[in-house]
Amino acid sequence: MSTLALATRGLDKSFGSLGVARNVTLEVPRGERYALIGPNGAGKTTLINLITGMLKPDRGQILLGAQDITLLEPAERVRRGLVRTFQINTLFPHLNALEAVTLAVCERRGCSGRWWRTLPSYREAIEEAHAILVSMELAASSYRPTRELAYGQQRLLEIALALAARPSVLLLDEPAAGVPQGESADLFSAIENLSQDMTVLFIEHDMNLVFRFAKRIIVMVGGRILVEGTPEEIAADQRVREVYLGRGTRHA
Amino acid sequence: MISAAPGEPQRFLQAQIRWRPLEILFWLSTLLPFVLAPSYLILASQIAITGLFALSLDLILGYAGIVSLGHAAYFGFGSYTAGLVAKWGWGEPVSGLLIAAVAAGMLGYLSSIVIARFRHLALIMITLGFGVLLAEAANSASWLTGGADGLQGVRMWKLLGLFEFDLYGYAAYAYALVVLLLAFLTARRLINSPFGLALRGIRENALRMPAIGADSRAHIRKVYTIAAVMAGVAGALLAQTSETVSLETLSFQRSADVLVVLILGGAGRLYGGIVGAVVYMVARDQFSGVNPQYWYFWIGILLIGVVMFLPNGILGGLARLLPAAWRRA
Amino acid sequence: MSGMMTSALGVLFDGIAYGMLLFLLSVGLSVTLGMMNFINLAHCSFAMLGGYVAVALTNSFDWPFLATLPAAFLAAAFLSVLLERILYRRLYRASELDQCLLTIGIVFVSVAAAAYFFGTVQQSVKLPSYLRGSVSILSQSFGVYRLFLIAMSLLVSVVLIVALEYTRFGAQVRAAVDNQRMARGLGIDVDRVFAVAFALGSGLAGLGGALAVEIVGLDHAFAFSFLVYVLIVVAVGGLGSIAGSFAAAIVLGISDMAGKYYVPELGAFLIYLVMLVLLMWRPVGLFGRR
Repeated sequence: MSTLALATRGLDKSFGSLGVARNVTLEVPRGERYALIGPNGAGKTTLINLITGMLKPDRGQILLGAQDITLLEPAERVRRGLVRTFQINTLFPHLNALEAVTLAVCERRGCSGRWWRTLPSYREAIEEAHAILVSMELAASSYRPTRELAYGQQRLLEIALALAARPSVLLLDEPAAGVPQGESADLFSAIENLSQDMTVLFIEHDMNLVFRFAKRIIVMVGGRILVEGTPEEIAADQRVREVYLGRGTRHA
Repeated sequence: MISAAPGEPQRFLQAQIRWRPLEILFWLSTLLPFVLAPSYLILASQIAITGLFALSLDLILGYAGIVSLGHAAYFGFGSYTAGLVAKWGWGEPVSGLLIAAVAAGMLGYLSSIVIARFRHLALIMITLGFGVLLAEAANSASWLTGGADGLQGVRMWKLLGLFEFDLYGYAAYAYALVVLLLAFLTARRLINSPFGLALRGIRENALRMPAIGADSRAHIRKVYTIAAVMAGVAGALLAQTSETVSLETLSFQRSADVLVVLILGGAGRLYGGIVGAVVYMVARDQFSGVNPQYWYFWIGILLIGVVMFLPNGILGGLARLLPAAWRRA
Repeated sequence: MSGMMTSALGVLFDGIAYGMLLFLLSVGLSVTLGMMNFINLAHCSFAMLGGYVAVALTNSFDWPFLATLPAAFLAAAFLSVLLERILYRRLYRASELDQCLLTIGIVFVSVAAAAYFFGTVQQSVKLPSYLRGSVSILSQSFGVYRLFLIAMSLLVSVVLIVALEYTRFGAQVRAAVDNQRMARGLGIDVDRVFAVAFALGSGLAGLGGALAVEIVGLDHAFAFSFLVYVLIVVAVGGLGSIAGSFAAAIVLGISDMAGKYYVPELGAFLIYLVMLVLLMWRPVGLFGRR
């Protein structure tokens, strides 16, 4: 069972009579790149929230490797290697990029509670943070406040923050959301350069990204998993076509 | 992409936190009252005390983003502790100060366990409720606190065995100033440490913190305790230099006052509390002949004005005028 | 406070009367807090205004007490509309700190203004003779004014419930409290609904303030001193819940009376402790959501 990096078993979640996750069972083997797709409202981000612990499921289990993490606090899951990015930039507006990533590095290293020595004296943490920024092609923007960065750069910083936590499983929630065509090249190469040891599950609407990077695709509709398969299988699947193209009807 | 020269990121961060000439100038100017305004030394000591109190609030409000309407609880607790220690026979100032600091810190830690669990409106109401609760308890326990008459019989020994707290205020101001400086250096170090960065992270985006593996509650408990110690020290200074303690030190009035002082100077800028204290106390001293009601009328107008027009206080306004000199997050 | 009775029933009756008063003073704040999360610490300034209106009208202008009640309501409502237009409206999406600071500023100004115009002494209203004294029901003595207060509050409660359940405006209020974003999505002008609800809530506070003078007195610091009680009721009852405010007000009114009567040394300490414990146990309040 330890070949699986991430697994859920029978996850259920409802808000009143609105079922947002129904019997969601999935498995992601170590080192794989899986994509999670589906129409708006299918419950993809909800699933990420359940997996990371921001939402408590009504039923079901979540497993990270061999550990059952269903009852763990979100921060604890991060410390064990399960890290996410947010669909809407959730950054620190007034911190510059270097400070932001250094903060994440310090949290991981356990030195964020130290208040007696100044930040610059933590050389290794700073250099590690800088290296991450370099790998995300953000080195030139390291010293600028986050809110001054271009939107595409902020999306990259989202990922940089996640990488600082040294994830074994990385959940990317629509990394390309809102990024204009001209700025997405850096994003693509950043995702390409992610370590092959890292397991990645990403939600995306951008089919270029999906077909380029995903080994397998999971399709979610209405809180349920509709089908799972290789990109070729999914592209040919009639049900997926119906969900995306409709049976001639338009969504409200 | 060319990577930076080795050590450059580190040097950048170092440059951000180095001492600026303006700061040195500021601290040197705190010695001026001894020379230029020796008849105002008592006022100067009260400004230093208020500045210290506001600095402690800045740690939790300006840096961690915790809105507290009951911070006077720790100020008053430190005040009464120091006063009682002296009243019961131990009038040595510095050790009395340390005892008050520890007491306030314990109270801060205990309350932080509750406070760290809440946010937004519930947090504001709990801080308000806790402050009022303590004030009411002090009022009821008049056998201990002297009730509405205040604590009587506080007699301080000479500071360091040499300097008497007298009406001239030399000892009082020197004492308060040294304590303020030490506390300031501590706060400055804290802000510029990884912990300070974490606090700013909590203020900037509390949601992102757990997502990077941060234990926000532990951070909040820690800074709240430290802020309580500092507030308690400020209160103890007041008790010792004025040789009296009143219920007012625990009141909502006092909590609101320190909030005004900090906002006036500008929160999250380390010097905001002290700047605000200088402006506020000097202004109040100038208007001291006037009915106190009128004072609060204008403070109210000021608060409304600051919120509507000058959201970052005096230092924030200055920062917009002098960007190069004051570029600081 | 006058008219203390020497029996548990008496304490209960006084507690209910006091609770009703707290309800009138708090319900407006609960609804507006629940709707827009706007922290209006100046809520009791409107109550104070209502109180001073009643005092001025009965003492200086010889108005009958009952006539001052709608005047108090209208004065407070009018002032709230003014403040909402000029100040509050700009801060609906501001930080909690800014809202606190603005409204604390308004409290300071109102307290100073009250001291300027009326001095710092305790005020009183001139009650008509039929509202004074007590009546005997089933060999138990009940203060007439308190009976009147209870009746008045029940009347207001009924009107509120009817308005909420059966009018279009009431439906809009309920929708906005329940889910502001969705209400906007349905085309409800939440800002306008809020402004009207705010005016009504402040008016009710003014009415409560006028009624309160006889029970708890009135001085220039009322806007401060009563704020904590009102916040307690709102917090414990749950934001946006009228039923919650009602229940919390009754519970707190009775416990405060009982506390002051049976354990006077603890004074108000007990009520704050109860509140803190309740709030920690259920941070959203007894009937709150979220």
